[in-house]
Amino acid sequence: MSNTDPAHRPAPATQPSAPATDPDPTPATDAEPATDPEPATEVEPKPASDSVDVPARSPAPDESPDVALAPAVLAAMADDWLAVTVPAEPLVVEAAAAAAAAVLPVPVPVSTAAAQLAWAIDAYDLVKTYRGRRRGDPRIQAVRGVSLRVPAGTIFGLLGPNGAGKSTTVRMLATLSRPDSGTATVAGHDVLRQPWDVRRSIGIVPQKTGADLDATGRENLLLQGRLYGLGGVPCARRAAELLARFDLDDAADRLARTYSGGMLRRLDVAIGLVQRPSVLFLDEPTTGLDPQARAVMWAEIEALTADGLSILLTTHYLEEADRLATRVAIVDSGRVVVEGSPDELKSELRGDAVDVSVADEPTVAQAGELRARLVALPGVVEVVFDGRTVRTRVNEGAAKLPAIFAAVDGAGLAVLTATVARPSLDDVYLRHVGHRLAGSEEVA
Amino acid sequence: MMPTTERFPDRLEPAVAAAADRGSAAVATGVPAGSCPVRAAVSGARFEGGLLYPAGWRQFGALTARMVRALLRHPALLAITLVQAVVWLPLFGSLFRGVSAIPGFGGGDYIDYLTPGVATMSVLFSAGWAGIRFIDDMESGVMERLLASPTRRWALVGSMLVYQALLVAVQVSIVALLGWAMGAHYHSGILGVLVMIVLAMTLSSIVAALSGALALVVRRREALIAAGNLLVLPLTFLSSAMMPTRLLPDWIHAVSAYNPANWAVTGSRTALSANPDWVSVLGYFLVLFSLAGFASTVAVRAFRAYLRSL
Repeated sequence: MSNTDPAHRPAPATQPSAPATDPDPTPATDAEPATDPEPATEVEPKPASDSVDVPARSPAPDESPDVALAPAVLAAMADDWLAVTVPAEPLVVEAAAAAAAAVLPVPVPVSTAAAQLAWAIDAYDLVKTYRGRRRGDPRIQAVRGVSLRVPAGTIFGLLGPNGAGKSTTVRMLATLSRPDSGTATVAGHDVLRQPWDVRRSIGIVPQKTGADLDATGRENLLLQGRLYGLGGVPCARRAAELLARFDLDDAADRLARTYSGGMLRRLDVAIGLVQRPSVLFLDEPTTGLDPQARAVMWAEIEALTADGLSILLTTHYLEEADRLATRVAIVDSGRVVVEGSPDELKSELRGDAVDVSVADEPTVAQAGELRARLVALPGVVEVVFDGRTVRTRVNEGAAKLPAIFAAVDGAGLAVLTATVARPSLDDVYLRHVGHRLAGSEEVA
Repeated sequence: MMPTTERFPDRLEPAVAAAADRGSAAVATGVPAGSCPVRAAVSGARFEGGLLYPAGWRQFGALTARMVRALLRHPALLAITLVQAVVWLPLFGSLFRGVSAIPGFGGGDYIDYLTPGVATMSVLFSAGWAGIRFIDDMESGVMERLLASPTRRWALVGSMLVYQALLVAVQVSIVALLGWAMGAHYHSGILGVLVMIVLAMTLSSIVAALSGALALVVRRREALIAAGNLLVLPLTFLSSAMMPTRLLPDWIHAVSAYNPANWAVTGSRTALSANPDWVSVLGYFLVLFSLAGFASTVAVRAFRAYLRSL
């Protein structure tokens, strides 16, 4: 749930890239579907909202030098392993890993492949400090220990106010910025030790367009393909495929400068996908789009994970995160203040928001009386006085309304209006980074 | 439009092309589907051997093509760039015509003397602000995307230098043609003119690389333009572009010996003379070329400074 989770320990310093270091190419090739984003959809345990933190590195000895097993055996192990990881309950993975470690002496490449499968992004305690603009200015701590884990094949939402450290975090993960301390692997590659491997495995959609406006949509896609070593016919085919997918066929040979905001954003996403990345960084993909264009973009983004892509989505729109993200982290002042699935976070608020406004401002005595009466009610978890409004958090708020009204009456106050609202991600956000509930006192 | 630079890769690196054909999923995961396992093992986990990384020269070709295409799409920009040299030759030709009458000039037509000077000057005024291309890309977000891709830094710098050198080649050719039309004599014929163009392209690479490095460090258009002014004018006037440095104050004469622009002018002038001293021309070229290599290295390194600031 939170970034203080004890299971979230630093990544081993020398996490090898299995396919890269494997001296025998055959098992790596056989096990390739494991690291290939597309088949991954079938075997990847889709972490549900109740997902448990699986240790990123399975208990099997990753660094064991002994890889003397016959390729066929390793391949079989790979198959077994994948079969075992299919169940959606991640705890099974741990048990299976232990079993595998006990029965099979050296499941090296397999376990590493599994580790790559489990986390698209695994960042631990990233810190980034900038020097002040002038000498003597205080150093700016943009990121003060961010830990993130993005399960493969999911969308992870990164929320937070401007200047919270979201962009800096993303830049560190995309190898654009070097963390002062901490470790991170992206698509199984260490951002500090293997930046070029990371760069080959990711796609980014920057906040600013990122497309060359003096080139046509097609040329932008072709350039991107060539930068990743794709050339000739395959490159042209891939570009055409993406133009069709993002409904840019008609505008393909027009300069990007002439595109509408929605078209440009779709082109940006298409550019980020040319090289078939396994992790995509989407930085505010719908900022500035009209509602219709936004709906189209959301549908596109949702469709992307069907291909097994993992997405780190930075956004200001809570609605967007709620709709798209499997898990979200709210970042504030360079730290992850809370992390979980949208549902978990909402239910963590423990109850509905029941706001009751009363006819006259309560006196101190009345407020004390009302608070005591409310707190005594079962299901009431939070009471905040805000002028003539009493804001409460109540489990099953609607059912408790009569009791709440009775409590208000009992305190000598008259109910003017009352609202009951299911918690939204906005409430979660405001609770953690907002100051609407300034001075809130929690009970229970 | 299929620039020719984009075609040859498949022939030269079949392994990468084959992997790419299969879809870059294999490339992205570091598993070279179908590529030679021995070489993969030799190149190790980081593949620094370059086998599995997208080849830098393909990136270089694609990036160069991108810039050339963008220029060709702006005929007005192209026209202004090319016309400035056309304006200078008659302008300075009239302005400094009296120079050839000064004792110590050494005789000969001033237009013969001035043509290599204006050629060099147009190089400086064109390449001095070449770093603007980097700043454009930073502002548009393209740079961020390029740096998060496996694009080699040298390909980024190299494409900008080659683009600039091609531009300079056209500019200098126009100056040469115009000078010829105005009565300049190229005693060594077309060879001398070609040498002048090559020296101009080399000088262009030095200046453009420094401009690019500066762009990565200052990251602001205004600062780069100001720095360009500061660099280009002294380089022009502390050289023999307009008149022999013997006629100038001693300190200028002394300083000009270390001015790369002066090396290019003197080299070009020597190459165009009746009996060129080719050894001396080669010397100028080699010195300029080494300096271009050094400046390019500085520009490639400057990406680190830029990344640190992100």
